[in-house]
Amino acid sequence: MLHKLTAHELHEKLISKETSAVELCKDVFERIKAVESKVKAYISLTEEKALFTANKVDEKVKSSENLSPLAGIPTAIKDNMCTKGVKTTCASKILKNFVPVYSSTAVEKLFNENIVMTGKTNMDEFAMGSSTENSSFWPTSNPWDLRTVPGGSSGGSAAAVAADEAIFALGSDTGGSIRQPASLCGVVGMKPTYGLVSRYGLVAFASSLDQIGPITKDVTDCALVLNAICGKDPMDSTSLNTKTLDYTEALVNDVKGLKVGVPKEFMGEGIDLKVKKMVEDALMLFEKMGAIVEETSLSHVDYALSAYYLIAPAEASSNLARFDGVRYGYRTRQKVEDMIEMYSKTRAEGFGSEVKRRIMLGAYALSAGYYEAYYGQAQKVRTLIIEDFNKAFEKYDVLVSPTSPTVAFKIGEKVEDPLKMYMSDVCTIPANLAGIPAISIPCGLTDGLPVGLQIMGKALDEITILRAAYAFEQEFWFKEKPALFGR
Amino acid sequence: MNYEAVIGLEIHVELNTESKMFCGCSARVFGEKPNTHTCPVCLGMPGSLPVVNEKAIECTAKIGLALNSKIASFTKFDRKNYFYPDMPKDYQISQYDLPICEGGCVDVEIAGLAPEGSDPRGYVRRVGITRVHLEEDTGKLIHIGESGRIGGAEYSLVDFNRAGVPLVEIVTEPDIRTPDEAKAFVQKLKNIIEHLGVSDCDMEKGFFRCDANVSLRPLGTEELGTKSEVKNMNSFRAIQRALAYEIERQGELLGAGERVIQETRHWDAAKNVTMSLRSKEEAHDYRYFPEPDLVPMELSRNWVEELKASLPELPNARKKRFIEDYGLTLYDAEFLTSSKTVGDYFEECAKDYPDVKKISNWIMGELTMHLNAVNLKIDESAVTPRHLVQLIKLIDEGAISGKMAKDIFKEMFETGKLPGIIIEEKGLVQISNEKEIDKIVDMVLEENQKAIEEYRSGKDRAFGFLIGQIMRLTKGRANPQLVNDVLRKKLS
Ligand SMILES: [Zn+2]
Repeated sequence: MLHKLTAHELHEKLISKETSAVELCKDVFERIKAVESKVKAYISLTEEKALFTANKVDEKVKSSENLSPLAGIPTAIKDNMCTKGVKTTCASKILKNFVPVYSSTAVEKLFNENIVMTGKTNMDEFAMGSSTENSSFWPTSNPWDLRTVPGGSSGGSAAAVAADEAIFALGSDTGGSIRQPASLCGVVGMKPTYGLVSRYGLVAFASSLDQIGPITKDVTDCALVLNAICGKDPMDSTSLNTKTLDYTEALVNDVKGLKVGVPKEFMGEGIDLKVKKMVEDALMLFEKMGAIVEETSLSHVDYALSAYYLIAPAEASSNLARFDGVRYGYRTRQKVEDMIEMYSKTRAEGFGSEVKRRIMLGAYALSAGYYEAYYGQAQKVRTLIIEDFNKAFEKYDVLVSPTSPTVAFKIGEKVEDPLKMYMSDVCTIPANLAGIPAISIPCGLTDGLPVGLQIMGKALDEITILRAAYAFEQEFWFKEKPALFGR
Repeated sequence: MNYEAVIGLEIHVELNTESKMFCGCSARVFGEKPNTHTCPVCLGMPGSLPVVNEKAIECTAKIGLALNSKIASFTKFDRKNYFYPDMPKDYQISQYDLPICEGGCVDVEIAGLAPEGSDPRGYVRRVGITRVHLEEDTGKLIHIGESGRIGGAEYSLVDFNRAGVPLVEIVTEPDIRTPDEAKAFVQKLKNIIEHLGVSDCDMEKGFFRCDANVSLRPLGTEELGTKSEVKNMNSFRAIQRALAYEIERQGELLGAGERVIQETRHWDAAKNVTMSLRSKEEAHDYRYFPEPDLVPMELSRNWVEELKASLPELPNARKKRFIEDYGLTLYDAEFLTSSKTVGDYFEECAKDYPDVKKISNWIMGELTMHLNAVNLKIDESAVTPRHLVQLIKLIDEGAISGKMAKDIFKEMFETGKLPGIIIEEKGLVQISNEKEIDKIVDMVLEENQKAIEEYRSGKDRAFGFLIGQIMRLTKGRANPQLVNDVLRKKLS
């Protein structure tokens, strides 16, 4: 039952030689074999590579080398992060057989820590979606109820961690794609400050919003993974030059005097009442622990969703232009008369409908004569939202809200209604627009499905949100596990 | 009705930085094996990100400073979106509303009559600079098929070596009025950039490319007519001819009461015509927006000042110095500073030899003549500055005559041999020994009694005849001055 443990628990067992990396690796792959046919969290599995690395870790243990905290830990990687020599599909037909020649910086950093990669996880195609139903291959199921979605777009990563098919995973978050699935799957997910983790090698969806982050079983693991993947990368001009912090220093059970703001815009219309109740209970617990909880307001946040659905598609329309059938990936097999026809057919056949919808939306928002009214206006709204957050953080240490307005919904329930689907990210999008860090932690179950609590912090103040999350986790120990194989 | 042409130019200059614009690949890719200078970044592989080459920013600002532009204190990159197989990302990282340099002007000396009629000895045209910005170059398509062009090609191959090489675009105001002015401006611009040392400016290799916007308007009016954009002018001559053709074509249309269509036209140097490529309706909407993968840059005033102070000598200053320091005429100085390499050649010679007038005569005369005949540039000449100075010194020493020197120079130019070696090989050393000359003169006089009599009876022509006989006998190697002196003495 090694697969049920966290990375920090397993690290203790590895260094005390209570278990070995190979044993752990085999245990996790057995678990994968047992449940994967139901969950379908992975697009590809890399068992052979995993065992090879696990062996190397065990050799290190034998020769009494120091083990990094994540060495030997089975890890799942979202399939939009390039992994050298291992297929990276973005869950798209257009990259179905694409094998990168290099690894993304965040993954490379984990490899340097000797993690054991289990495989690449399912997602909404090009990270566009909130349910993982937009995968060109198959939908992933929520381990808590196989009839429901795991959220998205990092649904495969969140489901894999929730189903113990990986000890932790990497996801990417453009509008909530780490936090929302973490919330729906009852695990911890963090979107760090924009620029804290290098985007090099992350297949871009919306460059000014994308950020890689950890999906873990608890807050301690979240801090450990963040330690491993953060830092300035010369290959990413937008990565930040910050001083190196040890995020495990945030892991103290003390929120006395912590000023918690609750923006009323996140607790109003559209939020499921049961979800709201769970969040209110969580806030009461914070008060009980000595935090000061107050209602506040972010006046422009109501426009966040609209601004996001102009900025993100605009950037995506340009970022996804390169998938044109010329150099790599899918090319139409139909006979074509000229170049334009090759482009059109390739892209018409290679992209799914949500991706095409967003490319068209984005191209329109950027087109001559509309730029100012759409893209320009959205950027102005973005500036106002940043100012709102800045003002709020003058008063509060953290802002708390539900992560997702609802618990996991039924597979197929929202696919026909994109706008309804877009509403899934209404609580998470503002943090992406503002570039601030935010974490989602489980705060209970309603009707047997997990509810997530979102804690947002000042830019580069991951320490404070980790502290709040850790303290909450100590008081509200979320011990439940999905009923996949019984408790 | 009389029309006036209104011409604005767009010049693309490939910088000669070590590495490409946004990755670490070498930017020196001309003639290299296709797709050998590439990486995930310049191939636009999924997930790759650009990182700015700061040297390229510096080079662009230098160009701006040399063109009297204002250097932006805040500048950024933008994406220009369009699909084309030579562009790996299907967008080009370029600059839209905040280029590195804005404004500026260049004064161009034009030989001959101004179009509006002025000083017949020439005039100065001031050409305004709109902007100078930085972008990345595209790859190259090779079309396989009979035509070699995309139309009718069986298939096309892409070489991404050039993709991502830093490319500077210089846009002028529509201040140019004639093909001659356009050519003179481009020559001057190229000369300035060569002096800055930021580009190799080789037009044949495509390092320096020129497009033009051309329109006509009735003489004396201000409003601009409909323009066409002329592309593919790959030499100074092509610029002149293409613009002349385009002006005539538009003039004929307007003269016949027809309208000029706004379109892009391609100069076909072989057929001597411009041909329509695409009309305005087919023009792209580039959907520019700020490049989110790069952060905007602040260029500090200190940095700009330091850069300004570090600028090398530019053609105008060099011309002035050539006149003042070397005592050259304006004409010679202008010729010798018309290109960086010619000026460098001259100064290299001048280091070793004080009589610069002789140097400039050789450069402007024999050397230029031979270079033009085989279409070579001065830095490709087999006759190095050192060789040329050796040759001039041999004339000074009397070892060879001026006439012999020209023949020797020809051989030097063709073979790259040192003048001394050629003289030795061909036995060309001048006869300057008085005794030897004496003997030869005596021999000739003995055989030409008739000419002596004629000379003495006052026929000067006979003197020339005798000189000719002596030269013939010595195969031109006799020192002419000495022969002259000896002969005159003997005849008197
Ligand atoms: Zn490269």
